[in-house]
Amino acid sequence: MLAPSVAMLVLWMAVPLAMTLYFSFIHYNLLTPGPKSFSGFSNYYFFLTDLAFATALVNTLIIVGGTLLITVSGGIALALLLDQPVFGQGIVRILVISPFFVLPTVAALVWKNMLMNPVYGVFAQIARGLGFAPLDWFARVPLLSVTIIVAWEWLPFATLILLTALQSLSEEQKEAAEMDGAKWPSYFLHIVLPHLARAITVVILIETIFLLSVFAEILVTTNGGPGVATTNIAFLVYAQALLQFDVGGASAGGIIAVILANIVAVFLMRMIGRNLEA
Amino acid sequence: MARAIPQRRRWLLTVVAWAVGLVIFFPILWTVLTSFKSEGEAIASPPHFLFFHWTLENYAEVQQRSNYLLHVTNSVVISLGSTVIALVIGVPAAWAAAFAPARRTKDLLMWMLSTKMMPPVGVLVPIYLLFRDWGLLDTVTGLTALMMLVNLPIVVWMLYTYFREIPADILEAARMDGAPLFSEIVHVLAPMALPGIASTMLLNIILAWNEAFWTLNLTAANAAPLSAFIASYSSPEGLFWAKRSAASTMAIAPILILGWFSQRQLVRGLTFGAVK
Repeated sequence: MLAPSVAMLVLWMAVPLAMTLYFSFIHYNLLTPGPKSFSGFSNYYFFLTDLAFATALVNTLIIVGGTLLITVSGGIALALLLDQPVFGQGIVRILVISPFFVLPTVAALVWKNMLMNPVYGVFAQIARGLGFAPLDWFARVPLLSVTIIVAWEWLPFATLILLTALQSLSEEQKEAAEMDGAKWPSYFLHIVLPHLARAITVVILIETIFLLSVFAEILVTTNGGPGVATTNIAFLVYAQALLQFDVGGASAGGIIAVILANIVAVFLMRMIGRNLEA
Repeated sequence: MARAIPQRRRWLLTVVAWAVGLVIFFPILWTVLTSFKSEGEAIASPPHFLFFHWTLENYAEVQQRSNYLLHVTNSVVISLGSTVIALVIGVPAAWAAAFAPARRTKDLLMWMLSTKMMPPVGVLVPIYLLFRDWGLLDTVTGLTALMMLVNLPIVVWMLYTYFREIPADILEAARMDGAPLFSEIVHVLAPMALPGIASTMLLNIILAWNEAFWTLNLTAANAAPLSAFIASYSSPEGLFWAKRSAASTMAIAPILILGWFSQRQLVRGLTFGAVK
């Protein structure tokens, strides 16, 4: 009974992927009709030596790294906070996890226009109120702006998973630590952090898979610019394919994106696989 | 929860937690508030927080000016349709994997999962060209089928982690008691499997509703669900903030509420059972 699912996924993944691989080795531009000829590795050569590629690779790493930094550290802090017996715990929890359910395009537009707009945005208003010059976010620090938006969307995910893991730390352990008079930092370092290690790894791996493909937030806010300042690999492939109609070049880029993602995926799969044994 | 916490510390923590929660929630709150303002008041400086003239005109205008209902319908059809089809295909698969595993079952499951790790840009070009050649660009049918495939691995996996927790002994006991197959399914299996199926359904509706890579690349005016429709609403400066906020509020409200009820399922579904 697994057969239908497997068959469909083979069709869905293997066939298009094989096509991408094939396209990546031919000259094929939708704007120039004519026979498609074998091109060897030239698509890869042009994609990899394009100056935009180096920038896009660095941007991709910055978006992934920056978001991970914010969401994992913020997520640990929030999880610890939400694990405390505060009044209205359930409501605070709902407030914190809500960003995850917001459409990415809505999130991007709300941040871009209503918060980060240099004239009318809330941040600019606050800055002026405090006597500072407002920051023109998307002109001055475009990549940071995109990263902040993405981090806001993913912070709830990290928080929720770390909180779930934290709650499985037994009450006895927590109480024992308090009765021992263990100081908080060492309690955190020696009991909480090791307990969370597995969940943190899962968060990092899963977020990385998704963050390598950040797209909507970039398309809606900056369109990859100014210049290529916010272009990541996913956006570069999109631009090559659907704006420049260079099927061959975009396919080479797609294959490179797949290879990058696979490096992460191997580690993630190993962790999940190990969990299957248990 | 039985720990004795000094009242003062508890109040202090409460204040901190609420402050942090409100800061994180602020962009959503601000969108909702702006949706009830006039366009002029939406860009007022300094901004009016609660004391403005509340109006519903934006909600009325969004309906009139654009074919908003069409996009809502698209979102509903695509997210519900893709989820239901994925369940029809996924339930038997997960069932077989959980109760009648063969030698290769585990490998197959891992392989299914690996398809989920494929970045979508890796197959953007062929999918776009195939959709173009088959006349599926900007159609609800095409996008529903695609969303189904995108989420099928998560459906199978999530169901699998739920089904695995149903003790196989119970099924056998029912069989020994001479229960016919039909009543075995209705009285024994269904009650135990339904919560897992419902959770899976919920999470996948949310994921399909919020998907924004394929919707942006494969749809235009006709089949655009809300995620793509809102993007087209991005008039650059302050002019349409209130109207867009109204459109945005309507677009995120149903999923936000569904999401609040599915916190647990979210953890399990998105970590493929690695964290419960």
